[in-house]
Amino acid sequence: MAYKTIVEDNIDILVCGAGLGGTGAAFEARYWGQDKKIIIAEKANIDRSGAVAQGLYAINCYMGTRWGENNPEDHVRYARIDLMGMVREDLLFDMARHVDSAVHQFEEWGLPLMRDPKTGAYQREGRWQIMIHGESYKPIVAEAAKKSADQVYNRICVTHLLMDESKENRVAGAVGFNVRTGNYHVFKSKAVIVGAGGASMIFKPRSVGEGAGRVWYAPWSSGSAYGLLINAGAKMTQMENRIVLARFKDGYGPVGAYFLHLKTYTQNGLGEEYESKWWPELQEMVGKEYLDPEVSHRTHRPIPTCLRNHAFISEVNAGRGPIHMITMEAFQDPHLEEVGWENFLGMTVGQAVLWAATDVDPKNENPELTTSEPYVMGSHATGCGAWCSGPEDVSPPEYFWGYNRMTSVEGLFGAGDAVGGTPHAFSSGSFTEGRLAAKAACKYIDDGKAQGIRVSDKQINDLKEEIYKPMEHYKVYHNEVVAGSVNPNFINPRQGLDRLQKLMDEYCGGVTVSYMTNEKLLHIGLKKMKVLEEDLEKLAAEDVHELLRAWELKHRLRTAESVFHHTLFRKETRWPGYYYRGDAMKLDDENWHVLTVSRRDPKTGEYTMEKAPCYHLVGKDD
Amino acid sequence: MPTFVYMTRCDGCGHCVDICPSDIMHIDPTYRRAYNIEPNMCWECFSCVKACPHHAIDVRGYADFAPLGHSVRVHRDEERGTIGWKIKFRDGREKNFLSPITTKPWGKHIPKLADVPGPDKTARESQLLFNEPNYIRMDDGDLYTLETAGLKLKEGVYY
Ligand SMILES: Cc1cc2nc3c(=O)[nH]c(=O)nc-3n(C[C@H](O)[C@H](O)[C@H](O)COP(=O)(O)OP(=O)(O)OC[C@H]3O[C@@H](n4cnc5c(N)ncnc54)[C@H](O)[C@@H]3O)c2cc1C
Ligand code: SF4
Ligand code: SF4
Repeated sequence: MAYKTIVEDNIDILVCGAGLGGTGAAFEARYWGQDKKIIIAEKANIDRSGAVAQGLYAINCYMGTRWGENNPEDHVRYARIDLMGMVREDLLFDMARHVDSAVHQFEEWGLPLMRDPKTGAYQREGRWQIMIHGESYKPIVAEAAKKSADQVYNRICVTHLLMDESKENRVAGAVGFNVRTGNYHVFKSKAVIVGAGGASMIFKPRSVGEGAGRVWYAPWSSGSAYGLLINAGAKMTQMENRIVLARFKDGYGPVGAYFLHLKTYTQNGLGEEYESKWWPELQEMVGKEYLDPEVSHRTHRPIPTCLRNHAFISEVNAGRGPIHMITMEAFQDPHLEEVGWENFLGMTVGQAVLWAATDVDPKNENPELTTSEPYVMGSHATGCGAWCSGPEDVSPPEYFWGYNRMTSVEGLFGAGDAVGGTPHAFSSGSFTEGRLAAKAACKYIDDGKAQGIRVSDKQINDLKEEIYKPMEHYKVYHNEVVAGSVNPNFINPRQGLDRLQKLMDEYCGGVTVSYMTNEKLLHIGLKKMKVLEEDLEKLAAEDVHELLRAWELKHRLRTAESVFHHTLFRKETRWPGYYYRGDAMKLDDENWHVLTVSRRDPKTGEYTMEKAPCYHLVGKDD
Repeated sequence: MPTFVYMTRCDGCGHCVDICPSDIMHIDPTYRRAYNIEPNMCWECFSCVKACPHHAIDVRGYADFAPLGHSVRVHRDEERGTIGWKIKFRDGREKNFLSPITTKPWGKHIPKLADVPGPDKTARESQLLFNEPNYIRMDDGDLYTLETAGLKLKEGVYY
């Protein structure tokens, strides 16, 4: 291919993917590295890229220590019970003790945060959430990142990380291509911070036509944060902990503000409360430790989200659907009605489009809810991601190898969805993690840890060849295409994606099987996945845009493969409502009160699985 | 087809192409007008709709489940710092909403960290980030550590 090669050399800090994590990283890197060269490589346009492109109506992680509301350890307790014990408490505590400073900055930068007229504190939606007019959240944080970076390369799809050839297991930059010009971009860098976002669409969505893209997490969240890291040989953790969300049907509109602020509630198709009916049976499965409705009621300790999903799914399977959100009462108050609508207009406009199209006015009609297909992402309410070092003053030895948020590959850092074991970070926590990673990356360089990095032309040229292979393949075989897409020699990225989604759905616990899987199914799925990977060698891309989809697919495949291995390894059902191991339906604390860690050998493709200790930093609430 | 372009209003300026996070707004080479090349990779995020200076882009709900006859129009006004929405239901009812998008002029209150005095050695060795600790609690309260929180590392549970 005749595409130009553009090399950016002598970079100190390369930020791959500038969503909430990446913008935080670029911003903070300038403070600790005033004369460092900071470069951003972003797949879309930093002003509206990532999961916050539409905006957000709430900042979901804010302690409010300033107002005497919560301390970091309270947040650790909350995230821990929600995730059935499985979190990295050091990382959570660290994020929580810094997150307020990020939010206070957002306000200073002009993000409209709502305030409680009586106390002057930020308007709470729930214990951890504050309400904002967040339509322009992303442009505002993008502005901060742009002011700090030496250069922002928009429309660069990063496909691979460069590895140092003078020292094993050390990063040396990244490569990718410009999705507009097609040019090949090489970034040689001392440290790399990956903030390339979580994975949507690795499981079959509920809609399969036009609406197959109207998923909950953004359709451009291609799991690159995982694909890039796994391929570089970084250890991953908790990849089995995918998330299923209860959402407004077909619009994927969040329900959080409805429950918490508008005080709406759910009912089954017969108009009954149904959740509590499922608690006794569920308590048998997970134990009183994790489900004690009485304690929850008394102490306001939440019932884990996955368990509430379990009640929802079981009730629908028992034939008592649909589940409705009771909005008709709250919406009689004009202020609450406005909050309800604006919640979606500033965050998931598609929900408002759907209600307009179907004549559903939640003031006069209670809308339907449903459970989504599973997603893999480490910043929302699940903890998938890289196995990272924690901070020096908090982490036990197993969790600490020198530089905060550094993965098990030297010089390679993560932020946001990329970091494992830190659920409930959300947007503000992801931004904060980016800041923490940036400070640590500067220190890593200042300590001389990045000296003597070497990248050969061979590595650069080999990767170039690999990147454009789908276009070469198309050139050679496209004469045999019939009916626009049928060819005996290749599949296109959409066909590959459909196949991935189908096999994830059927073998790894998607919606069509009510989130159920078992060891046998997982083995079959992995085998099919291997063959799919072989076929992806014959993936064809007609143009540069399709090349983008091809690489998104490859990153999704790697993410999905990791989910399979982790799900197979954890022989228990830790999170009923997110997925079920039919052959191990009970939560098994005796054998599985551990964090799962995997590593894929970049040379052989083999996975090694291990159990890592789950340290508890803080005691129980009572 | 979630987003679509009114051909008579579009002048091919490319703002929508520049902003779409999914890389699906493209300019048709023959007609020099924008169009959505991959409807099932659209999120109805409205980024392109908000960016279009000629209000040439509209959204039609997904054919899988959304009946025809509705509209959700938006006007984002950077100078006034507001965003306005007009929702038309299929049956003709209408709702209007207006919200702020910023409280301060764009960019002016975001510091340029290259011009801020650099951190000293103690700060570098501490756990603090830019503008901390005062930005955490705004009362000069210091950063949380295990000791200040009265916490002790509990045993790692490992089987
Ligand atoms: C519908 C929805 C509602 C939410 N609601 C809330 C809420 O109310 N409050 C809240 O606080 N949080 C909310 N969140 C969560 C929040 O958006 C995420 O936690 C946060 O955005 C994660 O940050 P990140 O940087 O890891 O990923 P993202 O913000 O998704 O950023 C990833 C970036 O990487 C780029 N990228 C991806 N692949 C590549 C590649 N190969 N090369 C280069 N660049 C790449 C992307 O373009 C993107 O810019 C919500 C998310 C969604 C989707
Ligand atoms: S609505 Fe969003 S995803 Fe769809 S075309 Fe416009 S900018 Fe792209
Ligand atoms: S922004 Fe509007 S006018 Fe410009 S190309 Fe897109 S649709 Fe056409």
